[in-house]
Amino acid sequence: MKTITVRYFAVFRENAGTTAETLTADVATAADVFEITRERHRSAEPAGHCKVAINDELATWQTAVNDGDTVLLFPPVAGG
Amino acid sequence: MLLVTADSIDPDALRKRLCDSAAGAYVSFEGWVRDENEGQTVLRLEYEAYEPLAVKEGEKILAEARASYPILHAACVHRTGVLEIGDCAVWVGVASAHRDAAFLAARFIIDALKVRLPIWKKEYYANGDSGWVNCEHCAGRNHSAA
Repeated sequence: MKTITVRYFAVFRENAGTTAETLTADVATAADVFEITRERHRSAEPAGHCKVAINDELATWQTAVNDGDTVLLFPPVAGG
Repeated sequence: MLLVTADSIDPDALRKRLCDSAAGAYVSFEGWVRDENEGQTVLRLEYEAYEPLAVKEGEKILAEARASYPILHAACVHRTGVLEIGDCAVWVGVASAHRDAAFLAARFIIDALKVRLPIWKKEYYANGDSGWVNCEHCAGRNHSAA
């Protein structure tokens, strides 16, 4: 089991009703974290449209997560 | 320079920062808030950014532009917060010896930052709805795309 801090932005923040929460779960990758949060907050946004960062570094869904990491979940971006 | 700011953008002041006696060309791009999107009348926008990564990724884009085109200076400023119709949401400026490089680099920078920076745009519509742009599958989107 790992304890992960998850931070939410934009529509993910609105869906979750919070900017961050702590997960304690058996997760190996960023994708595992995303799946748990999708189920918990009933988000239908596919991972392919989203981005992820771990401890303030952009990552991929296959990037391993470690105990104590902060995972940032970014919904589809729309700058400009 | 890549700046994410809640303050209004002043293109004239930013332009002066790129002045260089070796520059024969200056190209700028301003993205303005428009009153319509996908058939909906837009009243205002709200931008949210994750600044630490937006700045880091934006500086990377500017470095890529400098490596790809013979330019002297490149800079970008992106707004956060609530913006009204006509407000400047993003400014890109490039100075170079000749115009081709400045045009190409400015185009590269605005195209890259739209898809790479962790910045999100929420539109508020005349019919009372609102929606996050590019987020068709999000549960929180309470209108369907036209």
